[in-house]
Amino acid sequence: MPVSEHIAFVVNGTPRELDVEPRRLLVQALREDLDMTGTHVGCDTSQCGACTVHVDGRAVKSCTMLAVQADGSSIKTIEGLAAGDVLHPMQTAFWEQHGLQCGFCTPGMIMTAVDLLGRNPDPTDDEIRHAIEGNFCRCTGYQNIVAAIRAAAAAMRTGAGATA
Amino acid sequence: MTTDVLGARIKRVEDPRFITGNGNYLDDIKLPSMAHLAILRSPYAHANIRSIDIAAAKAMPGVAAVFVGADIPYNPLPMAWPAGGSAGIQNNVNTPRVLATDSVKWTGEGVAAVVADTAAQAFDALDAIIVDYEPLPAVVDAEKAIAPGAPQLHENAPNNVVFEWSVGDKAGTDAAVDAAEVVVRQRLVNQRLIPNPMETRGNIGWYNPGTDEYTIWMSSQTPHIQRLLLAAFVMGVPEHKIRCISPDVGGAFGSKIFTYADYPLTLFASKALGGRPVKWVEARRESYGSTIHGRDHITYLEIAGTRDGEITGLRVKTLANLGGRLSTIGPGIPTTLYARVLSGCYKIPNVYAEVTGVYTNTTFVDAYRGAGRPEATYVIERAMDLFAAEIGMDRAEIRRRNFIAADKFPYENPSGLGTASGGAKIYIDSGNYEPALDKALATAGYAGIDKAKTDARKRGKYLGIGLSTYIEVCGVAPSKWIGAVGEGWGAAMWESANIKMHLTGKTVVTMGTQPQGQGHETTYSQIVSHELGIPMEDIVVQHSDTQGTPFGYGSYGSRTSSVGSTAAIKAAAKIREKARRMAAHMLEAAVDDIEVDGANYFVKGSPDRVKTIQEIAFAIDLAFDPPEGMEPYLDETAYHDTPNCTWPFGTHIAIVEIDEDTGHVDLVRYVAVDDVGKKINPMIVDGQLHGGIAQGVGQALWEGAVYDDNGQLLTGSMLDYAMPRASYFPNLELGETVTPSPVNPIGVKGVGEAGAIASTAAVANAVVDALSPLGIRHLDMPYTPQTVWRAIQGAKGGQA
Repeated sequence: MPVSEHIAFVVNGTPRELDVEPRRLLVQALREDLDMTGTHVGCDTSQCGACTVHVDGRAVKSCTMLAVQADGSSIKTIEGLAAGDVLHPMQTAFWEQHGLQCGFCTPGMIMTAVDLLGRNPDPTDDEIRHAIEGNFCRCTGYQNIVAAIRAAAAAMRTGAGATA
Repeated sequence: MTTDVLGARIKRVEDPRFITGNGNYLDDIKLPSMAHLAILRSPYAHANIRSIDIAAAKAMPGVAAVFVGADIPYNPLPMAWPAGGSAGIQNNVNTPRVLATDSVKWTGEGVAAVVADTAAQAFDALDAIIVDYEPLPAVVDAEKAIAPGAPQLHENAPNNVVFEWSVGDKAGTDAAVDAAEVVVRQRLVNQRLIPNPMETRGNIGWYNPGTDEYTIWMSSQTPHIQRLLLAAFVMGVPEHKIRCISPDVGGAFGSKIFTYADYPLTLFASKALGGRPVKWVEARRESYGSTIHGRDHITYLEIAGTRDGEITGLRVKTLANLGGRLSTIGPGIPTTLYARVLSGCYKIPNVYAEVTGVYTNTTFVDAYRGAGRPEATYVIERAMDLFAAEIGMDRAEIRRRNFIAADKFPYENPSGLGTASGGAKIYIDSGNYEPALDKALATAGYAGIDKAKTDARKRGKYLGIGLSTYIEVCGVAPSKWIGAVGEGWGAAMWESANIKMHLTGKTVVTMGTQPQGQGHETTYSQIVSHELGIPMEDIVVQHSDTQGTPFGYGSYGSRTSSVGSTAAIKAAAKIREKARRMAAHMLEAAVDDIEVDGANYFVKGSPDRVKTIQEIAFAIDLAFDPPEGMEPYLDETAYHDTPNCTWPFGTHIAIVEIDEDTGHVDLVRYVAVDDVGKKINPMIVDGQLHGGIAQGVGQALWEGAVYDDNGQLLTGSMLDYAMPRASYFPNLELGETVTPSPVNPIGVKGVGEAGAIASTAAVANAVVDALSPLGIRHLDMPYTPQTVWRAIQGAKGGQA
């Protein structure tokens, strides 16, 4: 039998413990072991960013991190972004600006965008486009994603329900 | 109508689940006792299989079964669209088996499969399978594949030819070219692309031993077609014993239309395991060899005309690389969907095209966003620029001069739309091309472009502007045409809708189409809300499950808004008519005296004698007191076969700057004026255009599948294949003209592919325009810095 490691971390505010193979990726632990399938896998070379989550407050491609490396950390996924029924301003902005079509890249894109606004609350379009370079979208041509992040930034600067 | 959501920018009803991580994509589905399947794929592009040893793999931890091709009794996959249909044109057909048996024809063809308790165990066991291959010489280029002495892929396809097909008037076109004042010739390569929806493919097969029924969850654009093809052609299982379900589909762009070997594979495996559900999810690198590619044409074009810019003839010879074996409709793409629209929006009197389909040791090629029409648009739009350059005419003016005039519609083009045998014809339904051109020119500042070019030179840049005045065939297709002898696709292409209004007034709309991100749940709700006068929030749109939705041909070819919507409108009309009869009964009036305004059914001249459709639904669904002979329930199904395709058009203009020292191409501005007719939801239309334009720009500037001479895919991962990123694009500038299509009641045309069809040629023409001061008249895509730098150095007489 494969060796397994015991890990403990906090996911969306809830303490979780798992026994995982050392080779298990964080995204696999989230999707397969914790049944949190909002975080997606779009590639196998850390290019697409569909698996982006927050680890200790920073955006991380969860296919690029072993689950054992997340031991002791605090993780936020797309499922934990809204405050109950109140959407995060970034979620609202993606909805209002038509920042998604098939929706597959959307969770990772939103988590990356929230990370950007945490570091830069008023980014230019160029800064937004640079910040999401590690997240592929094949549907939108990125235009309405940029518009959504711009709209979310404006909403969060004016304090419209910001919870990031 | 009192409710006026039709045509409004309404937020999508599907989005809440997607923005909260509650979408339900294929890989999100987990079933009790589910096993996982992994496929061993050929590392060789061309080889005979001498033997496969699976003994060690079977003994690996967690392994439930290992299969090779000989274990599987199913037929090879179907090929449903031969070139020329059943008109007697020879098609030398070879399609994949579920797993290869004797030989492999491309890197990535499946040769064995492992089923295990976990996906990791299945992948681990693949390494323990020993395949003894006899490697054979490979060929990946279509032109080399048909040359004497090339490696031969299939015994029944001499010289690797799949078919030789032609369309148009050869004698007339030959005479026009011979007699012309000016003839311009060019070889064009339309490079191979990899579709890359963000969700790869996958499926879960489940055999129920209790009922002898098969269920498959599949990331597919066409669940109904898949059930039909799996039943009738592959598995030999009756159609009513198979159920196909598409959950949320994470993008497709054509690549999820087809019948893939993994569908029958998981169903076979599940039955072999006594009914354990079996999941297979395609890894991204795996997908580059197991899901179709697009484009890959080599074309020799000749365009003929007068010194003052009247085009009199177009003669085209195209080699279409279709891969190592044929995908489901591979031959239909470079024939019907390409060569028949080569003349685009121009009144070219003589058009003739020869197309040769070719086998090579590469992944199969089939429909990718636009499917034939981007290739055709690239040919004719490059041809117009080449001809204008030759005679020294302005590129906007040569287009204007040759446009089909606005009073000439419906227009029968000479490249064969009207010539399918059996008398079935289609026409270009409508058009008014000059206003879109004028609007785009004005927006882009075309008149002042020379000054911009001069200014750019001072900064060490070459600035170029490129036009693409395109048309597009949407709303496929009249069944009598698309299914006609001589055209292909041996099936119909109507669509279906069912509307049920339950007794609470809540309404379920079930559709035969199948969304992959286009927002059908929103747009169909808008339509039904408009038609029946009920709130959108009272409507749920269901789709994508062969159990519970009427048969439909699925979503591709920009057909849903025209064909699917009309089916929904027809079903709503049936609901309205039954409701009128019930209202007459309830109001004790004559049916002819009942008028309808939104949800209100009232007696003519007495608006206070009124029943709402919700009241009517309650009454007829309960059916305590129906009129004599009326069956209970508001439950109506409609099928719609479109009388014609629809024909969007427009002008796209790209402005690029090329760095003289590095060859880097910067897309500075992009202006698109599209006429897609009336819009159901303009916000969704804009989004479709954005995405389509980005994919077309991707082809022009970055994307391309590259094989080495041994058939190894060098762009075999997302790390190597140049996917467009956000920072590569300027803000796209969209404009519109509105010429309603006469083909359907809303006047919509379809928009899923228009952006991708138009944009590649616009950017290509801009790049060549930028380089034209150096004497460069053509360059093949993609315009990577290396390609452009070499061209610049070559033109300057330096070392390239």
